[in-house]
Amino acid sequence: MTFLIQQTLLYAVPLMIVALAGVFAERSGIINLALEGIMIFGAFVGVLFVNIMQGIALFHDAFAAKSWLTLQGLELLAMLAAGVLGAVFSLLLSFASVNLKADQTIGGTALNLMAPALVLFLIRIIANQNTLGMADGSDAASWFMIKKSTLGIDRKTDLGFLGETFINKVYLATYVCIVLFVVLSVLLYKTRFGLRLRSCGENPQAADSLGINVYKMRYAGTTISGALAGMGGFVYALTTANCASTGDVAGFGFLALAVMIFGNWKPLNIAGAALLFGLFKCIAASYASIDINGDGVCMLANAPISSHVYRMLPYVITLVVLAFTSKKSRAPKAEGIPYDKGQR
Amino acid sequence: MKDQGRTLLQKDGTKTVLASLLSIVIGLAVGSILVLVVGLFSDNLGMASAWEGIRLIFFGILSTGRDASGSLTWGFNPQSIGNMLFRATPLILTGLSVSVAFKTGLFNIGAPGQYLMGTMVTLAVALGIPASALPSPVIWLLAFLGGMLAGALWGCIPGIVKALLNINEVLACIMTNWIAANLVTWFFDANKMFQNTVENTKSSYVYKTAYGKTLVDGAWTYVEGSGVQTAKLGLDKVFPGSQVNAGILIAILIAVGIYILMTKTTLGYQLKACGSNRHAARYAGISDKRNIVLSMAIAGALSGAGASLYFLAGNTEFFWQTYQSLPAAGFNGIPVALLAANNPIGVIFTGCFMSMLNIVGLQLTKLTAYNEYITDVIISVIVYLSAFSLLIKMLLASRKKDKPSQSAPDGLKEDKPMEEASAEKGGERA
Repeated sequence: MTFLIQQTLLYAVPLMIVALAGVFAERSGIINLALEGIMIFGAFVGVLFVNIMQGIALFHDAFAAKSWLTLQGLELLAMLAAGVLGAVFSLLLSFASVNLKADQTIGGTALNLMAPALVLFLIRIIANQNTLGMADGSDAASWFMIKKSTLGIDRKTDLGFLGETFINKVYLATYVCIVLFVVLSVLLYKTRFGLRLRSCGENPQAADSLGINVYKMRYAGTTISGALAGMGGFVYALTTANCASTGDVAGFGFLALAVMIFGNWKPLNIAGAALLFGLFKCIAASYASIDINGDGVCMLANAPISSHVYRMLPYVITLVVLAFTSKKSRAPKAEGIPYDKGQR
Repeated sequence: MKDQGRTLLQKDGTKTVLASLLSIVIGLAVGSILVLVVGLFSDNLGMASAWEGIRLIFFGILSTGRDASGSLTWGFNPQSIGNMLFRATPLILTGLSVSVAFKTGLFNIGAPGQYLMGTMVTLAVALGIPASALPSPVIWLLAFLGGMLAGALWGCIPGIVKALLNINEVLACIMTNWIAANLVTWFFDANKMFQNTVENTKSSYVYKTAYGKTLVDGAWTYVEGSGVQTAKLGLDKVFPGSQVNAGILIAILIAVGIYILMTKTTLGYQLKACGSNRHAARYAGISDKRNIVLSMAIAGALSGAGASLYFLAGNTEFFWQTYQSLPAAGFNGIPVALLAANNPIGVIFTGCFMSMLNIVGLQLTKLTAYNEYITDVIISVIVYLSAFSLLIKMLLASRKKDKPSQSAPDGLKEDKPMEEASAEKGGERA
């Protein structure tokens, strides 16, 4: 059970934060189909950052001395780097869709094509192979995972169910993302800035008439979106792919879009939806080793169901869930429509 | 004479072509800059190799390798050009697939999934029917039609959920893509007989269709040469050493057929009407739901046909453990269609251009320290530019009228969204 919850969280948290990224863009009126591409780019930037920093004496020695505070600092810095460059990358989308009033779907698709191409091109030049991992083949878990030993607790102590699940063998990034999710949701729904941003996605003409700069707000929404997606991409690579970048996040960005629609563009619903999808993604990834009731028998692996079914499940569920919720869903009214001052 | 030149320049079609050419040039330039920057900042690559890389990006199709002294040689390379035509075959068809959906106002990003389903059924039919049971042209035809049908059915799914439940077709397409990828892997994993065990050089490949299912000593085995292959029609004599076959001719015929369908028939008119304005079309008595499903079915059939023609060549292999990746031929249909401004005839040329980039990428990998992903960067830049091709066209137009170029963005005010404008364009050119 502990394993199941931890694994689900590993998948659900990036989904949640990237879905929130989608909300920020769409609430400001820009369809951010490029989430997948920005995730891929952010993952690459974060991994490259970690890879380079590993060569620096400060972090190298910190690892040798097991000074875990420094290492957690490195993790946060890498998240920051991924976020900042994700935001920069997303400027391509905002520029095309705000200034040039381009088709946002095509612009987003262009970014989705560009990110893996650019990333793979650079990875091949840097690493001479198709994967960029941590330097010297070191292990993400040994660098960044918080374990009992890192906290100075004896390995044999039993921390109880909650302790074992939420303190042992976890990543700081997961909790940072949850805090960010809460803070940004409050920003979007309880502050003046959030209200203004949302008004630009509903009725930009009215917002403009009240003195809100629609272009600026849309830039802000897409940039926050890019930062979150970039960060989410790195967190995904760090926690589920052993801090490696392969120019691929297996459709995670699109799943996040589905989570956003399923969650009806509202943070609380999105958190719930992300947990549900995270569970299915977790089943798909590790059905063979999930032991639900702790009797040492892996029920799902022994069931007479092909492994392909588990892998297909997240996508099938997405389609089915979308089919059932689409009638009730309420997208921001002005999303996808370039804002034009001259229009009525 | 001068007036004639001006009217030609003012024609919408000319502007579209110019805009596409400009996108291509900018895309190639961005690729070159990337090569240059990487060449300058990388230790093991220098200016000389960057210059080689840039020349290959622009003229790679004419590269004939390196001579004894190590410098690049140029000339007519029949193998490259033949392979370019061969690889253009699926790209033209997926490009048509995307453009047909576009005219109905749908963004068919599901081409990779439809392509995969087409692949699966084509290979299953071509390899599943014993070579002795039917003459090989009949098997070929059945496999081709089967691939088209599978693609059409798979394309229907996003069409139906869009028409009936109003789910964003982009999301539905992406989900069906990944479902298809898993389904295909499952199918070939379950049907072990299709897995190529004769040529043990690589694992997880399906038999080429040149292998025919034959009864040897009471057991079904695959024998090379007794299977089905697309006819070469002498093209292999023109381009020796390449994979080219009659598939490219079939693709061109289909493109012409789609052109006629979209511009000369009632069905084409209805599809375009739905794309221009769904509500107005319904008001005029056109069933918008039926047309959305139909458009996606046609789009799916075209993608499936692309897969069929590619794999029925007899000398192409299919890697079946594809559940983690989607075929690039599907995604590259998007730039093919966008560059051609969704004109079926234009798609033939842009398809060839994209496959040329493909060959260029291979030449880069073979001859320099750069790799083929640079061409994907170029393609993505082209897609990015075609997102605001309207603006580029406006810029071109305003240059012609000697207007200051900064007024161009204001001129966009009267513009309709992309799909509408391009749908109109097709109509005008007819």
